Amino acid sequence: MSELRLLTPEIVLTVCMLGIFLSGLAIRSKGMLGLMTIAAAGVTAYLVPSASGTAFEGMFVADAYSSFFKLLFMLTLFLAVLLAIGSRTIREEYATEYYCLLMLASIGMMFMASANDLIILYVGLELMSLSVYVLTGFQRESRWSNEAAMKYLLLGTFATAILLFGIAMVYVLTGSTSIAAVALYVMTGGNTDPVLGIALLAIIIAFGFKIAAVPFHMWAPDAYQGAPTPVTAFMSVGPKAAAFAAFGRVLVEGFGAAWAEWAPAVTILVVLTVAGGNLLALRQDNVKRMFAYSSVAHAGYMLLGVLAGTIAGMQAVMTYLAIYAFMNMGVFTVMLMLENGEERSAYAGLAKRQPLLAGAMLIFLFSLTGIPPAGGFVGKLQVFLAAVDAGQTVLVVVAVIFSVVSAFYYLRLVGTMFMRESEDSVSCSASKTLLFAVILTAFFVLLLGIFPSLVLVG
Amino acid sequence: MIPLSWYLMLGAGLFVIGMFTFLVRRNIIMMLISLELMLNAVNIMLIATSHYMQDMRGQILAFFVMAGAAAGVAIGLAILIAAFRNRESANMDEFDLLKG
Repeated sequence: MSELRLLTPEIVLTVCMLGIFLSGLAIRSKGMLGLMTIAAAGVTAYLVPSASGTAFEGMFVADAYSSFFKLLFMLTLFLAVLLAIGSRTIREEYATEYYCLLMLASIGMMFMASANDLIILYVGLELMSLSVYVLTGFQRESRWSNEAAMKYLLLGTFATAILLFGIAMVYVLTGSTSIAAVALYVMTGGNTDPVLGIALLAIIIAFGFKIAAVPFHMWAPDAYQGAPTPVTAFMSVGPKAAAFAAFGRVLVEGFGAAWAEWAPAVTILVVLTVAGGNLLALRQDNVKRMFAYSSVAHAGYMLLGVLAGTIAGMQAVMTYLAIYAFMNMGVFTVMLMLENGEERSAYAGLAKRQPLLAGAMLIFLFSLTGIPPAGGFVGKLQVFLAAVDAGQTVLVVVAVIFSVVSAFYYLRLVGTMFMRESEDSVSCSASKTLLFAVILTAFFVLLLGIFPSLVLVG
Repeated sequence: MIPLSWYLMLGAGLFVIGMFTFLVRRNIIMMLISLELMLNAVNIMLIATSHYMQDMRGQILAFFVMAGAAAGVAIGLAILIAAFRNRESANMDEFDLLKG
């Protein structure tokens, strides 16, 4: 029983989810249910740091690594609820289902961050993915939303099947599914086994799909563009962070001694992702799709930290993810506030019409480009430093070059906001909740950029 | 006694057939079926290994995989029905609003 104490945050969030699901029968107000969800996320976040240790014969582990990610998931959940309250796409009568799915996905992500066994990893991944598929298709009457959900589900399940193939191979080799057993097997000379190579390749491909690394990114732009914008904001941060949490633990902790075996494959992924994400973003007219490709490129920078294969590398990834959560959520909130925010024309002359919104968007775009003093600079710097320390100087140069390319499409949007005259009056949402979310995220992006010690892990 | 490697080859073979079908077929129902084939191929490998090693983990994981596959297909068919109502097609090639 005492082992269950480690799972308190997950149990509390699950009970709150069931409670909100039931109260949805009586309460039909989106704002009220949203406040209950935020309260649940707050209580869970409060409980997270106190849990520490391993449970169920080492299958479940609560440590500083998992706590950091769990806090990040609760932050994402909080911002996602704010977006849902302020958005008109999430209709009042479906509010209960929406919040419950968000919470279920968050519970899945928490298990992924704590998984020290491939079985728990799989179960967490399924719970997260299945909830996010439904969220993607949440606008049932929209053909775009249907199509996005269908493509996401098919390719997502395909990736899960490949991951399971990798897990089965690991099981055949080691006779266990525990990450510690994998580490032991690799350390005692198993890393030359060709079957292990197949298992590693399958696991890397599967996680490549989940973090949307090129060439396994093809679902991401479609799913991001077709999903309702509040869902896009959530899934561009939460599931990506969860996939990085699990990927980091499996590769660095489990296969750490086989670094020489997996580094070439991850190197190829980094180069393709950083190059492909940025170059494809250049030619997008649709702003939402452009940011989908931009988040593909950001996965490439983070992958550089995983490639370092060191604890310092993973710490850099964690710092990056925390800043990325604020800036990416912020961008999608601004997009949500503008009518037709997917179109470039909605941003023309925004600086004159909505100076506050344009200012916040400027901070987010500078941060995504990596211009100081915005937070994105700190994240990139950390990841690049960790990669240089691990001897990946050439790759860092490539990443910096493509980071300069990314400035072109981010700053083009800044140009549209500040230089162009607005052709017609594009109306802007008057929702106070969304404005609060924009100000909050912009504040934190600046704060973390000026005082990076607040989020530097390690 | 049939050696373990035969089961593993059967599993790997079915997995590759499923993967090939998924990549070649454009009908969504067929794609869902091929995903199911891939997951069940993995189950064969897991259960055979579990039996030969006298270790329960593989069989437990196989149960989770079955549950996950069932949930996945249920959601897949639900999304397909919603999509079919708006579009009258179950052919992946006709889902072409999102591209670029």
